[in-house]
Amino acid sequence: MRKILSGLTLAGTATIAGAILALSAGPAVTQSKSVKIGFVSTFSGPTAVIGNDMRNSFELGLDHIGRKMGGLPVEVIYEDDGQKPEQGLQKTQKLIESDKVDFVIGYIWSNVLLASYKPVIDSQTFLISTNAGPSQIAGELCSPWFFSTSWQNDQTPQAMGHYLNQKGVKTLYLIGPNYAAGRDMLVGVQSTFKGKVIGQDLTKWPDQLDFSAELSKVRAAKPDALFVFYPGASGVQFLTQYAQSGLKGQVPLYTAFTIDAITLQLQKDLALGVPGAQYWVNDLPNAANKKYVADFKARHKNYPTFYGAQTYDAAAFINSAVVAVKGDLTKKDAIRAELRRANYASVRGPYKYGNNHFPIQNFYLQDVVKDADGMLTLKTVATIVKDSQDEHAKKCPMKW
Amino acid sequence: MLLFVEQCLNGLQLGLLLFLLAAGLTLVFGIMDLVNLAHGSLYMVGAYFAATFAALTGSFVLGALLALGATLLVGMAVEVIALRRLYGRDHLDHVLGTFGLILFFNELVRLIWGPAGLTLSLPPWLNTPLQLLPGLYYPTYRFAIILVTFAVAAFLYVLVMRTRVGMLIRAGASNREMVGALGINIKLLFTLVFGLGAALAGLAGLMQAPILTVQIGMGENILILAFVVIIIGGIGSIRGAFIAAIFVGLIDVVGRAFLVDLLLLVVSQQAASTAGPALSSMLIYIVMAVVLVLRPEGLFPVHGK
Amino acid sequence: MTPFLTIRNVVIAALLAILVVLPIYTAAIGNAFALTLFTRIVILAIAATSLNLIMGYGGMVSFGHAAYIGVGGYAVGMLAREGITSGFVQWPTALAASALFALFVGALSLRTRGVYFIMITLAFAQMIYYVAVGLDRYGGDDGLTIYSRSQFAGLIDLNNRTLFYYLCVVLLFATIYITWRIVNSRFGLVIQGSRSNDRRMRAIGFPTFRYRLTCFVIAGMICGLAGALLANHASFISPAMMHWTRSGDLIVMVVLGGMGSLFGPLIGAVALLVLEETLPQIIGAVGHLVTGKEVTAAREYWQLILGPMLLLVVLFARGGIAGLLESMNLWLNRSSRSTA
Repeated sequence: MRKILSGLTLAGTATIAGAILALSAGPAVTQSKSVKIGFVSTFSGPTAVIGNDMRNSFELGLDHIGRKMGGLPVEVIYEDDGQKPEQGLQKTQKLIESDKVDFVIGYIWSNVLLASYKPVIDSQTFLISTNAGPSQIAGELCSPWFFSTSWQNDQTPQAMGHYLNQKGVKTLYLIGPNYAAGRDMLVGVQSTFKGKVIGQDLTKWPDQLDFSAELSKVRAAKPDALFVFYPGASGVQFLTQYAQSGLKGQVPLYTAFTIDAITLQLQKDLALGVPGAQYWVNDLPNAANKKYVADFKARHKNYPTFYGAQTYDAAAFINSAVVAVKGDLTKKDAIRAELRRANYASVRGPYKYGNNHFPIQNFYLQDVVKDADGMLTLKTVATIVKDSQDEHAKKCPMKW
Repeated sequence: MLLFVEQCLNGLQLGLLLFLLAAGLTLVFGIMDLVNLAHGSLYMVGAYFAATFAALTGSFVLGALLALGATLLVGMAVEVIALRRLYGRDHLDHVLGTFGLILFFNELVRLIWGPAGLTLSLPPWLNTPLQLLPGLYYPTYRFAIILVTFAVAAFLYVLVMRTRVGMLIRAGASNREMVGALGINIKLLFTLVFGLGAALAGLAGLMQAPILTVQIGMGENILILAFVVIIIGGIGSIRGAFIAAIFVGLIDVVGRAFLVDLLLLVVSQQAASTAGPALSSMLIYIVMAVVLVLRPEGLFPVHGK
Repeated sequence: MTPFLTIRNVVIAALLAILVVLPIYTAAIGNAFALTLFTRIVILAIAATSLNLIMGYGGMVSFGHAAYIGVGGYAVGMLAREGITSGFVQWPTALAASALFALFVGALSLRTRGVYFIMITLAFAQMIYYVAVGLDRYGGDDGLTIYSRSQFAGLIDLNNRTLFYYLCVVLLFATIYITWRIVNSRFGLVIQGSRSNDRRMRAIGFPTFRYRLTCFVIAGMICGLAGALLANHASFISPAMMHWTRSGDLIVMVVLGGMGSLFGPLIGAVALLVLEETLPQIIGAVGHLVTGKEVTAAREYWQLILGPMLLLVVLFARGGIAGLLESMNLWLNRSSRSTA
């Protein structure tokens, strides 16, 4: 009896100890020579498609540079934030403390990025956002350890505001989700739009998917135009309900980040004639972009999204800095100096970094068209603004 | 004024949809005394089936009917395989067990249909607005939901109040042991009731599918609302669920639509636009708490337990 | 007379020993993350233990217990945002705020029973959740990063991870001890008596409502302490701390570990959170063994395993893991007796 008991105890203890061992299995080999990249994005839940798209593009980007940077093999560890700030923070801590990565990249959601920001910066690890661009990080919270390969949240809607002015829109109604990026987007449009904003709704995020009450208010308010920001699947829902409500013929819709190559396959014809502002569209005529879009299409049978484009860029972007220091990842100042030059072939064409490490770049108007095979895709119609920089850069104390 | 009418219709539509979910939940709860968190999973499964069958058959209506039957079968299978064993156990065991089922269903759906979600397109005749009154346009499809749900509610009323099965259901809700003692095949009755509840949840899911996209986890937030409904209405009471559902639907939509404007009368624009959405989300929980403080067993308690 | 050396006791002793020596191990292998994870587990175990006090012993199933984590956490975070970083102000505020909130919720909710109680506690938790969402100055939905941990005037430095971890472990042990004292006191007997038959207890002359309310407030306060710890640990607060799914997680921890068992919530917290962290890796490793190549995709489906596991625990292990260990013991005793 005693023997069995102690045997079982041993087994129980071993299980728990084994679990702890399993948790710490990764780090024992930190000394091996490789570039370690931690990638935090959403790989579960309704918005996992975005995370998968980013991962696909990043993998393609790595393939295009031979999966080596400055002679070192690249190792990527993907972690799922579940679209929750808390979970993103935990996974980020794991990447830094357990995996001891050299770069942390990814982040779709502004609130997840804001939650995960401090531990990365504190540990003096480079953090590269390949999507989220909350105003705080562009302004007072800016850091020498943070870079963006995407945009600051306000930039795209600001471009849209300019376009609305060009179209002669006098009255505007705004709808967006009530979280960091949603509020940034609505503020962004208002900062450049010269007409009158006659109504605004912030909806519960990410739970609220029925916009009937908001659409009814729009109909009653009779604005010249409606601007919305609904990323991922929520964009599909919004467009569907917008069409069902009959507003489509009455109040024209303008968007930011609501129609992309993935949602388009679900939105289908509903998206025709709904313009959006973007810093990158899949038909931009530069060599890097042509290669990216062609290879992505060949591999995944769909056009890449802007989420993918800016994540694809991140591979070449990091590569440029690691090559510059010849693989010596301890030369962090030299890495930063190289990153600041943005000296790589971006799929959006050449751009510069502002003092807050956000891109200064062009913005285009995109429209939905059918390609030669009858597949819906996005097309550049016009350049709205050139070399646009976000407003928050002024509040960033960093100078270089 | 027209806006108010339109918003009330929106609230009515949401409320009736909640009723479909709540009816099954309250039946299962009232009769089998089972807290079924996985009810929302059946809602999701119904939507996925509808999208799949509609794509296969090319007909929205045919797809919906097939999905309804399929969800009924899935519901009965779940009851026979897993949930039957939970009857008579502590409510907390139900919570943990059916919580496990939610995780399982979510991942199973992801495995079968992929993470991207599906869309269910409406036939053109449903996809346009309808002019109800001069100047009052309303989406035809949402109006159709209202009509279908009213019909289902009437059917449930007749079933529960006018038929032998309904008598057993009512008897089961107020005194379970007695029904068993009368020599009724209680196992079969329970399986049928669970299947009926599942079909109602599936109907709610498939009707929402063309409005919202079909996606994993779509049933979880609406499940909480459905629980609020059956609590306000009183567990086991279909009538209570009906009234509470419409009440909750109206409060939610009207709160979302008018609260910010109301707040603007007393506070600044900045404060109203931040407090408004938070307060309107809170509204139904405040209502539930007030109802329970005043009437600890809901508005229409089923007596005899 | 139950023997001291049972499987359950030995497993608990081993678990406690592991908790105590863990920092030495993580320091030796140079991996701070296991320590971060276990700090979190210990904090949530404190919250789960406080829930067990009212749920396991008092029959008060609170589906809004995470609200107290939130109140405690926000007390710390909001004060920090206003520049008050002294722990001597922050922590008492956190305790007082969560106790007050528990008093308010308990006073209104304890009149209801069963599922109605579950739902009214959920309602209050949802209200405070949306209050936090509406607190624009404190980050609203997005939460708030805390740039400085609570300061204790040189008494203890919370920035030292090991010290912070041991502080949490000590507080966990204290919570378990307090629970043990309460459960075995006259007060505790009234609470337990009221769970099985409230009417009889009242007939005997106990004002059970007051007893139960006091118990509810104590639990809320301990959970508020867990919230203050969690805010310091994560350096971040957000409404997600008190989302209803978090309340559900706490219930799952308690039921999984063993309701009404002193160490059950700790076992449940360790089991659930360690599984969450390791199941994907285990699936990946098994997949690697079976197919001979990396199967990263399969790792994302770990909930497909966890879900039925929970269901099986409910179906076949009454009393959770603690109960399972207990019955293993019975079975062992029986078999050893028959062979003897």
